[in-house]
Amino acid sequence: MSAAPPAIRFDEVTLGYGRRPAVHHLDGEIQAGCLMAVVGPNGAGKSTLLKGIVGTLKPLEGQIRCHASRGIAYLPQAAEIDRSFPLSVYDLVAMGLWSRSGLFGGISRQDRARIDEALAAVGLTGFERRPISTLSGGQMQRALFARLLLQDAPVILLDEPFTAIDAKTTADLLDLVRRWHTESRTVIAVLHDLDMVRRAFPQTLLIAREPVAWGETVEVLSPENLLKARRMVEAYDPHADVCHRNVA
Amino acid sequence: MLDLFYTPFAEFEFMQRALVGVIAISLGGGPVGVFLMLRRMSLTGDAMAHAILPGAAVGYLVAGLSLPAMTIGGLFAGVIVAVAAGLVSRFTSLKEDASLAAFYLLSLALGVTIVSLRGSNVDLLHVLFGTVLALDDSTLLLLASISTITVMALAVLYRPLVLECVDPIFLRSVSRAGTPTHLIFLGLVVMNLVGGFHALGTLLAVGMMMLPAAASRFWTSDITMMMLVSVLIGILSGWSGLLLSFHAELPAGPAIILSAGAVYVISLVFGREGGLLWLAWPGRHLEA
Repeated sequence: MSAAPPAIRFDEVTLGYGRRPAVHHLDGEIQAGCLMAVVGPNGAGKSTLLKGIVGTLKPLEGQIRCHASRGIAYLPQAAEIDRSFPLSVYDLVAMGLWSRSGLFGGISRQDRARIDEALAAVGLTGFERRPISTLSGGQMQRALFARLLLQDAPVILLDEPFTAIDAKTTADLLDLVRRWHTESRTVIAVLHDLDMVRRAFPQTLLIAREPVAWGETVEVLSPENLLKARRMVEAYDPHADVCHRNVA
Repeated sequence: MLDLFYTPFAEFEFMQRALVGVIAISLGGGPVGVFLMLRRMSLTGDAMAHAILPGAAVGYLVAGLSLPAMTIGGLFAGVIVAVAAGLVSRFTSLKEDASLAAFYLLSLALGVTIVSLRGSNVDLLHVLFGTVLALDDSTLLLLASISTITVMALAVLYRPLVLECVDPIFLRSVSRAGTPTHLIFLGLVVMNLVGGFHALGTLLAVGMMMLPAAASRFWTSDITMMMLVSVLIGILSGWSGLLLSFHAELPAGPAIILSAGAVYVISLVFGREGGLLWLAWPGRHLEA
């Protein structure tokens, strides 16, 4: 590992809803410039972990320290956007400029060029004036990737970015992820396709509420680890006691 | 024949005042209504309009039909109900629409009771349906101020408001503007409802917000245009409603809202963006 400071550090982090942990005692750090997959069964706490990193969910215990706090670009699962809202693809993508333009800032000619560039990079040239309600699932995901491009953030979080996306679009968008990696951005993606993880993601965190394994993808995705993750008990125990781990 | 459309306004000062008041209400109410609609808060607007009543009624109880007392009372009650409904939905399992329904039924009953404690049925009608034909200088000034503040505030809040509707999670990930934006917007809603309350009463005030907004959705799919169209529809309904009430001797408030309702029905049938007529006869499909 390099001597550069980590992009994100977890100190015995427990994230959850109510008092029930969804991510239990996560400890470790993510190096800057790392390309990491987060895998695990449904309900393993993968999305919860991303929410914790973005800061929309406060940890029940422990601390998440992010050294690029204002510079996180986050793509949640697609279902959470109001597609019926009368907004053009261009305006949706232009939102990526928020950190520079903010409440009032104008959009300069340079910015317009960058928006066109981002649209071209995801193959949506010609869609500028289309209302977002007319986009297919794959086109919407392309538009959201264009917005991520414009956000130009050092840390990028993707929550199941390729779920229900066809092979061609997935390949195109995966190329963008690789490009971010070569630009030494930190990319963390929640994924289910283990073949893709093995092919494209050097680092992996396997999580099943508790972290099961974390490190080089080849070692993490061993049959024993995967079996261990599959044994996670999904239902919570209604009579669970207070957790005293790491209490001095 | 044509003079039927303008002589009432040229000859009678109360008609001029009513027209000015309705234009002021449309300028602020239209855009606020568009955002209420796009945020799926149309019924919230309705509930908050009723929620103003007990506050205005307390103002009335203290000071009679006095503009400042009823305005301040209405603002207070509106804000309290908005905040209370928000808190109940955030901290309990009751959804915001259900808690708003509970609060507004309570407010309406409370308001009517308070007014009848002291006033006559005439006063009650005044509070429920407004007095658009008896707007004095200070009321007009209030309506104009409210629409000025509203238009300026919307200009400032435009980006976060839109973003909060489309993709609230994205807004939260890039900025902390979400919650203050939502609160200021609720404040604007209450202000416009209190303004509308003086002219159209607590039951119809929300009509000048929601009907033009809903109608505008059938003519354009661009938010900026939608706000413009809703303002124009508001002004058009105000003007035609006042004429209708003048010539047919109908009560003015309901006539204005009926006109807005007529524009809505026309838009629903003929509107270019998803109007019923275009749905029924879309024409043959295109090549690409």
